[in-house]
Order: sequence, then C-alpha cells, then structure tokens
Amino acid sequence: MEKSISVNQLTKRFGKFTAVDAISFEVDKGEIFGFLGANGAGKTTAIRMLTGLSKPTAGKAMVAGFDIQRQREKVKRKIGYMSQKFSLYEDLTVRENIVLYGGIYGLPNKVIREKSGLMLENLELKEVSKTLVKSLPLGWKQKLAFSVAIMHDPAIVFLDEPTGGVDPITRRQFWEMIYEAADTGVTVFVTTHYMDEAEYCDRVSIMVDGRIAAMDTPYQLKKDFQAKSMNDVFLQLVRPEKSTAL
Amino acid sequence: MRTIVFLLRKEFLQIFRHRIMLVLIFMMPLIQLIILANAADYEVDNIRLYIVDRDGTQASQRLVGLFEASEHFEILGYGQNPEAAFNSIQGNETDLFMDIPAGFEEQLSEGGPAAMQVSVDAINGVKAGVSNGYVQAILQGFAMAYAKELAVVEPGTAQPGQLGIEYSNWFNPDLSYDNFMVPGILVLLVTLVGMFLSSMNIVKEKEIGTIEQINVTPIRKYQFIIGKLAPFWIIGLLELSFGLIVGKVIFDIPFVGPLWLIYLFAGVYLITVLGIGLLISTITDTQQQAMFLAWFFLIIFILMSGLFTPIESMPEWAQRITDFNPVAYFVDVMRLVLLKGSGFSGIQPHLRVMIIYAILINALAVLNYRKASS
Amino acid sequence: MKRMRAFIQKEFYHIFRDRRSLLILLGMPVVLVTLFGFAITNEIQNADLVVLDPSKDEMSTEITRRLVASGYFDLYKEAQNIKEVEKSFIFSKTKLAIIYPDQQAKDFQKEGYAQIQLLADATEPNTATTLINYASSIIKDYQMEVNGLQGRPPLIQPEIRMLYNPQLKSVFMFVPGVMTVILMLVSAMMTSIAITREKELGTMEILLVSPLSPAIIVVGKVIPYIALAFFNTLVILLLGTYVFGMPIEGSLVLLLAECVLFVLTSLALGILISTRTNSQQVAMMISLIALMLPTVLLSGFIFPIESMPWPLQWLSNIIPAKWFIIIIKNIMLKGTGVDFVWKETLILVGMTFFFIAASVRNFKIRLE
Repeated sequence: MEKSISVNQLTKRFGKFTAVDAISFEVDKGEIFGFLGANGAGKTTAIRMLTGLSKPTAGKAMVAGFDIQRQREKVKRKIGYMSQKFSLYEDLTVRENIVLYGGIYGLPNKVIREKSGLMLENLELKEVSKTLVKSLPLGWKQKLAFSVAIMHDPAIVFLDEPTGGVDPITRRQFWEMIYEAADTGVTVFVTTHYMDEAEYCDRVSIMVDGRIAAMDTPYQLKKDFQAKSMNDVFLQLVRPEKSTAL
Repeated sequence: MRTIVFLLRKEFLQIFRHRIMLVLIFMMPLIQLIILANAADYEVDNIRLYIVDRDGTQASQRLVGLFEASEHFEILGYGQNPEAAFNSIQGNETDLFMDIPAGFEEQLSEGGPAAMQVSVDAINGVKAGVSNGYVQAILQGFAMAYAKELAVVEPGTAQPGQLGIEYSNWFNPDLSYDNFMVPGILVLLVTLVGMFLSSMNIVKEKEIGTIEQINVTPIRKYQFIIGKLAPFWIIGLLELSFGLIVGKVIFDIPFVGPLWLIYLFAGVYLITVLGIGLLISTITDTQQQAMFLAWFFLIIFILMSGLFTPIESMPEWAQRITDFNPVAYFVDVMRLVLLKGSGFSGIQPHLRVMIIYAILINALAVLNYRKASS
Repeated sequence: MKRMRAFIQKEFYHIFRDRRSLLILLGMPVVLVTLFGFAITNEIQNADLVVLDPSKDEMSTEITRRLVASGYFDLYKEAQNIKEVEKSFIFSKTKLAIIYPDQQAKDFQKEGYAQIQLLADATEPNTATTLINYASSIIKDYQMEVNGLQGRPPLIQPEIRMLYNPQLKSVFMFVPGVMTVILMLVSAMMTSIAITREKELGTMEILLVSPLSPAIIVVGKVIPYIALAFFNTLVILLLGTYVFGMPIEGSLVLLLAECVLFVLTSLALGILISTRTNSQQVAMMISLIALMLPTVLLSGFIFPIESMPWPLQWLSNIIPAKWFIIIIKNIMLKGTGVDFVWKETLILVGMTFFFIAASVRNFKIRLE
C-alpha cells in the first residue's frame, strides 16, 4: 500500500535538549493516525517538522511523496494544518476566512464559492457567515478551522490538539467530521491527549520523552499491555512503576 | 498574482474593520499636520518684557515707547525695582527685563556712552539670541535717531564710501515657516504611520499565532510580503495626498515643481520605510519589541532629518550619519520640488540613493523572513 | 503582599528576558542626550557659499576671504554666471550666494558706492536670515575699516546678561526635553502597551479571576516601569551634568521628587489609555500620535510656547510635559525652590488624580 507519511530517524534538538529523538514510523493513505503523548513529549515539535514549520536536525521524512527538507513548498500544497492555537483570523468574518484560505491555496473562484456554500451549510453556519470569527463559540471555531484546513482537498491533514477545551458533544461531532474526511481518502494525522479519542484512531503511537514508546492499533495495544482502556496503556508507558502498583 | 489579491483583500478588510485604526491612520495625522505646523515655528514673538525705568526722563520714556511699539515684545510690567524684575524671570513670567538706571538721559546728552542693562532668560539659547537681536536693533535705532538730533555726526566731514547690500530670499521670499515646515512634517507623519504599521503587522500575526497557519500553506515568501506591504504603501501615498491637499488649501504651500516627482520619490521612499518596518518585524517576537525598535530608529531619523535643525550645523560625523537617513532625503526632495521647483535632474541623486536603499533593506528583510524555524 | 511581590517579579522577568527592549530602553536616553548634545544645534557653521565675482579686485577677494575665514561659510564654488548660481542652489547644498558688481573696487572708489547682492536659500527661513545677517555684518565691518571709522564709542552701551545659560548652549534646552520624552515613553507608552498586551493575549482575564485585586494587578504591572523610568532619569541627569556641564542649581531631592511625580502622571495616562483600548496597535498609535508628538512639539521642548498662536498656547496647558519642563528648568537652571514651582506641581498632581479617576471609572464600566 502507498505510504502517505514515512519518517526515518527524524530528530530535533534545541541546543542540548533533544525534543524528538530519532523517531521512525509510516502512515498509510486514508488512515487516521493518532499521535499521543504527555505535554512536552515532543508531539508538537514532530508535527511542526512534518508540516515544514521547523527544520529537522537530522533524519528524513517523506510527506505525500515529497521530502520535507528539500521539497518543503511542494509538501505544503498537499497538506492541511490546524494548530492548537486557534488559527483563523478573528477579525475577519466566517466567509472572509474561507475565501482567504481558498485563495491562498489557489482554488478557482467558482470552486471557492461552491465549497464555502457547502461548508456553511454542513456546519450550519449560514446565518452567521457575516459574523466575525471572534464572536463564535470555541466549538464552532474549531469545526470551521477543520473545514478550512481540508478545503483544498489535501492528501494529509495535520491536526494539533484540535479538540482542546471543547465540550464532549462538539468533540463527538468533530470526530464525525474526521471520519467523513478519512472516508474520502484523506490521511488524518492527529495529536491529542484525550485518551478516549485515541480509541477512535486506526492506529496510534505513544511518545514518551521524544521517543515512540509504542505504536499499534488501539485494540492490539490494549491486548499487549493487558489494559482495559487506552488510558491504562498510556499510564503504564508514562509511569510504569505506578501502574504496576495498581 | 491571484494569491496576492486575496492577501491584499484580507489586509484591507482587517484595516477597515478597526474603525479606530482608520481614524488614527487618516484623521490624526492630518490634525497633527495642522496643529504641528502652527506649533513648529522658530519665529520668536510675544517676547515678554519687564521694564525698569529708574531714570524716568524724556529720553528713557522715548526708549520705552519704542519697545512698546515693537511687534515682537509684549510688555509685562513696569517697575522701579530690578529685584522685582529678576523675580519675574525666576517665576517664568518674563523672558527678559531691561533696566534703565538713573542718569541715562544725562549720559546720553553728554555724548555717551549711556549705560543700561538687559537681562535675558537664556535657557532657550536660540530664543535668547533672537530676542537680544531685537533689543539691539531697537537700541541702535534709538541711538541713531538721538545722535542725529544731537548732531553728533559732525556735518562737513567727507561722505564715507558705502557698500550697499541688497539681499533676496530665494524660493521663499516671505520667509514663511509653513512653506518650510508643512512638507517636512508631512514626511514625518507618512514615515511614522508607514513604519509602525508595517513593523507591528507581521509581529502581530506571530503573536496571535495566525502566521503558523499561513506558513504551512504553499504561499511564497514574496507573495506574503507584497500582500503585507502593498496596503501600507497605498495608505502611505493616500496619506501623502491628503497632506498635500491640506498643505495647499490651509497653508497655501507653493507647488513650484511637478508633483509627479514627489510621488515618484515617495513611492520608492515608502518601499524603503516599509522595508525597515518589515526588517524590524522579522527580528522581533512581540509588538512591544517591534514598536520599541521602530521608535528608536524613528526618533534618530526625525531628529537628524534636517527639519528641526539644519544638517549643516551638525559636526562632520553626525552629517555622515544623516547620509543614511532616508527621512533627510525625502525632506530635501520636498523642498527641492515644492519650493525650488527642481526638475527630475535635481532629485536624481536622491532617487538613486533611495532606490539602492530600498533594494538593500528589502533584500535583507526577505532573507531574514523565514517560513520555518531552524 | 507576598502575592504582590510574585506578581511584580513576573513583570520584571518580562522586561529582563527581553534583552532587545531592555537594551533600547536603557540605551535610548544615552543616544538621545548625546545626539542632542553634540549633533543637534541651531548654530550655523560651514554653510556652502557660492561666489560670483566678475572683477576679482582686491575688495571683492578680501570680502570673500573674510566670509570664509569667519567659519560660517565654506567656499563651495566660484560661479561664472547667474545661471550657474541658480543651478547650484538646486544641485548642491548651497545656502548663500554673493554677487559682486562688475567692477567693485572702481565703483567704490569713484562713485563712493558699490552694490553687493546676497542671495539666500530661504527654504529654511531661519538659516537664511541668520546667514544674511552674518554676511552683512562682515561686509559692514569691512566697510567701516576701509573708511577708517572704527573705534568711535557707541552712544548706548548696553550690558547684556544672558541669565542661566551665558553661552547659549542648546543642551540646556534639550536635556530637560529629552528627559521628559523618555519618561513619557517609558511610563505612558510602555505601560499602555504592556497592559493591552495582556488583554490581547487573554492573560488579563486569567489575572482578573485570580484573587489579586485589579488595583494590585495594575500597580504590579506598573512598578517595574517606575524603576526603569527612574533609572533613566538618573542616567540623563548624570550625562547632562558631567558630559555637557549642565548645572543642578536647586535641590536634587526636590528635582528627583518631581521626576517621580511626572512618572506617576505618565503612568496614570498610560493606564487610562489601556482601559480604553483592546489592541496593542491602537494603544501604540494613540500613545504615539496623541502623546509623543505633542510632548515633543507643544511642550516648549523645541519651540517656544509663547510664539505659538493662542489656541495652541491654550492647548499646551493640558499637556503634562509642559509643566514638567518648566519645573525641571526652574530647579536645575534657575535654582528655585518649591515656592516657584508649587503651582506647576499642583497641576501635575491634579492631572494624575484625574487620569486615575477616569481609569477607575472606565474599568468599572467594563466590569458591569
């Protein structure tokens, strides 16, 4: 099967501190790949390297068939990104944001018009299309940001903690959107620290101190670690001594 | 190209959404122009004078009368006591006082020299110098007239040879300060607005995080930068136009040379200024830092622009510094074109320097602007 | 109190972590005072002079020699005709041209009269007037000499005393001005931006829900800037006195106390601005356009207030810098005590309270 992302010995050091320590993994096309880890485990640094925001210190990675070191701009055409910091323009309206990003990715005006219509309808944002993004509730903003991130039909979409601070119902809806996107063949690379969300992924990798400590399907991981939930798996990996005491 | 259009639209939408910004960008500078042009006036007038006339004779009265009649002075008080006069200088009520001692007329009638005292508050050296000049002129006029009456100049001596001096003030025959200051202040305002807006803008996106989103898109560096700078370039030129209209309508500034030269130069100049702002925004992380750096450069640029003090008066090393001051070039071009009526050849050297400057600064800024951190 | 200390510490961290800003904050006063002290003067020297002298006789060459020897003028060029003179005004920095008659010496001896023409570039009116005066007096002196008319005592011999600044140094003017501008910048501009920054980043809300009272938050934010401003004051005073020979005639304690007062006034103004705005850009533009420029131009720092049209004179009264500059000049140069500055001091105190009251009002409205 065609690999959507393949990472080989990717490393990032800040001075003496190694944030990402020679990680290697592959992600299939259309897969929902969960990237788990505690805060500071190196998730965000890894995702920033894969999206071309940060230059790796060593190692190699191919994203959507392009080398992230040498073909950074080509990679960027093929990916969508939604960061944990809310990244739409708050002082632009919903529609203005959609049109802006459509334009940046070079979609023809007709397509932008069609897509934005569809998007506003699906998100039930039609009435507020002329409202400033600033005044939307956080959940709506996140859903809008996701839709904008996949508007140009990227091969891969990177989601960095997309559901942080969102209520459970909206989180569910958000994951439905992720499934819909994956069904159309988009590879989803998502970082999260909600362990229940990890169960939704096809495959997860768990990062501890810059390394990948475990990587498999949630089912297999729970079996291997003899755990009831992903949360237990995670705890065993992060704090081995404590979980054995349990 | 199309991408740039989308970016431009975004910038303009953002600018126009902030009403208060619009007011600040367009209204404030114009108000400033009107106010500052009136304030920035080196002409020394309404000098507050305190007169102590201890002689109280016809001659002293006549001298006092001359001061009363002068348009430069405003008589604040009369007295007999120099102490009181000194106190009024101490208390900032008076700028200078004149003390005519008793026996003034007597000394005069004996053919002089008659003693008197003038004390000037000299903290503002320029003002003190000018005030002193006015005083001397009045005293001299008085002495001349008095001498004629006394016939001190003995008639019959051979008429001495004379060197007549005729002078004319070119380019500004009325010695109008507005002609001098208004175009200069306009340059300052355009520079201020351009440099601050451009330096703060990118940093703002850094601070709130939207720049990340832009950086993962396939947008080209130059597209992003043009998208950022072009709106301010247009705003700068609009601002200049409003300013020129105000200058013409309210201050009646002469437009001797062709205006398109001003715009030609301003176009290049703004690219330089915006480039400096851009450079600042690439090396800073917060708006506070950016503003600071911008302020630091601006204050030096402004003080050494030749607007408030002539560049020729500066020591050699300082004059060399002004060779790198874009504001000084624009101020000079304004004068050359608007007042002296220079053609293209007159501003060519300035233009050449500015083009090189624009290219260098922007190249540096673009090189410094990274889509990815290392 | 402990909380407060932690909070102030945080604010100091913000400032000291940011090396670049700190460097500018501390370096700017030095640069400004030095520039003003050394580079920026109104005294005109070495102005470029163009000479059009068709006869080149002993009189005209002597006058030219004297003009150049005076130090006011540099001989830039000897023009051959009037066209060249005109050109040099546009294509070079020529400030004054002197045009001698065709046969100066002959005219002078035969007719007893020769006409010299001075042409000044009057785009800078002050420079033009000054240069014409310099040149005229040099020529007149020469004429007196030629006529053997020197040495007759004048009818009136006024004794001119230049009080407080006998050498008419411009630094005496500029040091109080620069001090005012820097204090205004550090206090008003920096605080307004520091506070709006917390608003923009959303950290202000976090602080506001903490058990700290809003007053403490604001005070905590402001204290480091007071320290910085005060440090700058000391640096400027030291530079002014030791490098430029500016006296401190009055009481140093009083002077420093007044500086603290002005810092408070500026801080209150900065806080007021920050209660009215939500974005750093707006805060900065307001500080810059509504504070800095008037502080420079309407406070008597560069241009004398008395010479302005009356609406501006009236306007200058609401500018705190004006009063502060009067106070500093009085204390430093005139050596006056409280009895001469109490009025200005009271005005500043009043302004401070007004700004604080207005900020509190704004703040309350926001909370409701």
